[in-house]
Amino acid sequence: MQPLLKVENLVKHYGAGRSARSKDKLAALDGVSLSVLPKTTTALVGESGSGKSTLALCIACLEHPTSGSISFEGIDLASLDENQLRLLRPQIQLVFQDPASSLNPRWTALEIVSEPFFVQRRYSKPDRAVRALRLLDRVAISRKMAARSACELSGGQKQRLAIARALALEPKLIILDEALSALDCSVQAQISNLLLELQASLGLTYLFITHDFGMAAHLADQIAVMDRGRVVESGSAENVLYSPNHEATRALLAATPRFSEPPAELVHA
Amino acid sequence: MVQTMTSLLEVENLRVSYSARTGEVCPALSGVDFDLGYGEILGVLGESGSGKSTLAAALLRLLPAGGKIQQGSILFEGRNLLRASPQELRKIRGGRIGLISQEPSCSLHPTLPAGQQVSDVLAAHENLDRRALRQKTGHLLASVFPGDSERISRSYPHELSGGQRQRVLIAQAIACAPSLVVADEPTASLDPTTQQEILQLFRTLRQKLGLAMILITHNPALLAGLADRILVLYAGRIAEIGPSAQVLYSPQHPYTAALLRCLPSHLAEPPSTRKARLHVIQGEAPDLSWHGNGCQFEPRCTERMEVCKRDEPPAAAVSELHEVSCFKFAG
Repeated sequence: MQPLLKVENLVKHYGAGRSARSKDKLAALDGVSLSVLPKTTTALVGESGSGKSTLALCIACLEHPTSGSISFEGIDLASLDENQLRLLRPQIQLVFQDPASSLNPRWTALEIVSEPFFVQRRYSKPDRAVRALRLLDRVAISRKMAARSACELSGGQKQRLAIARALALEPKLIILDEALSALDCSVQAQISNLLLELQASLGLTYLFITHDFGMAAHLADQIAVMDRGRVVESGSAENVLYSPNHEATRALLAATPRFSEPPAELVHA
Repeated sequence: MVQTMTSLLEVENLRVSYSARTGEVCPALSGVDFDLGYGEILGVLGESGSGKSTLAAALLRLLPAGGKIQQGSILFEGRNLLRASPQELRKIRGGRIGLISQEPSCSLHPTLPAGQQVSDVLAAHENLDRRALRQKTGHLLASVFPGDSERISRSYPHELSGGQRQRVLIAQAIACAPSLVVADEPTASLDPTTQQEILQLFRTLRQKLGLAMILITHNPALLAGLADRILVLYAGRIAEIGPSAQVLYSPQHPYTAALLRCLPSHLAEPPSTRKARLHVIQGEAPDLSWHGNGCQFEPRCTERMEVCKRDEPPAAAVSELHEVSCFKFAG
């Protein structure tokens, strides 16, 4: 199968400070290669500062990579001009960690999900409202909620709204940048069920960025582990989880909080 | 274990409410009772809106504007904090009770070096000359930064990583050798490796200093292997309180059980159950302005009975030290 997304040898340097010389440059991405098959979930796991979010921004065409290539459905993103990018961007959508800061608190839920239609000048005005309501239905936000402003919604509702907005332009790839990390456990479970449901019914591809190996293990088909700007290990979720090869993977797995069986020292004397 | 000695902290029937601009009064804590022994770590587990941060703020009498302690008592080292004067409170905060807050970057002054911010806490509480102050600050930082405490001491908060900033806050919190540290989501903004390092540091400090801790979190997995007892809050009430192992591995309250079932257990499970639907708690999170009768969890509970709609469940002991507020266990 042809990969939906193929990242090859991607490098991204950030200048360090005002008088950055070449040796002060910080390599946020230091030769990353990754390929994502359509309709699968690839988890990108790593500590903070390992370059996960930089990679996401490059893929979403929000940062220009220093070198290397990103191709989406076989098209090299670097070869596209601004007009062509405008046509491509709806295909790749982002959902961020903190829904409170990625949604305008004063807009109503309905305004927020309809905004992509205005930006991309799609559909007629009445059509937009109908489609927006249908999207809200999909993520279980009621008609009553649709008229409320974003700041009146709970954390879980806000994140569902952010997902509805990401779905508006019928994307192929959704980048979930720590989209579950800020939520309570019971809400995480709700949202992860919703993501699985949407993937099954719409054939979505997810790039799930997280530092929580637990959720990655639950949702992903493929797992890529990043450390200091490189993908140090990648493969099927089973292989990475149950027979990790790289030191960084083992360290992350060991640090994942879990309680499968009661440890003896817990039962205090 | 705890009941045999006198308690460090006794909280009785604590009721806190916030008044909204509209004049509406929302109860945030409705009658919370618990005690804490010397050197004990109590984990407070709750989701957003459960009142867990209100509890932390109330213990230190640091409720935000609009928040009011309406009833109850907080006995700390034999003194009722609700009757303490502002001067006494200033001595207790930072002196006897340390606070570690959620967001380390918001709790440190951005333009002062880390070392000075630690020594400021010492200077506020203890009568030390400059040399002693510097020496003690050095010791404190060395105890949380094995290795490069000198460099950290001179660094500004923006030069430090999230984990390092959290360690500076911990140094501040333990500076005056308090008997209790209240930590509100101390690791929420950290990645798992750093998270484990901070939890390890808590273990070490408890052992070395005999600190009692109240560790507030929404993540049950963090409390396994760290907390002695766990208190589960739901809508401002204690759903369940008991020894960690009992609460985590055989939860009795339907809410605790439902919450723990939400967690993916992927890592332990055979691979075939990945991508399965996770359990969810049906219904919406509780509305704090709700003033009705009955159990707060009743609308979402799978084991509800007739009585749950009418009356509020009393706390009932299911075993020694383990209490559950649910009619399943009452009478």
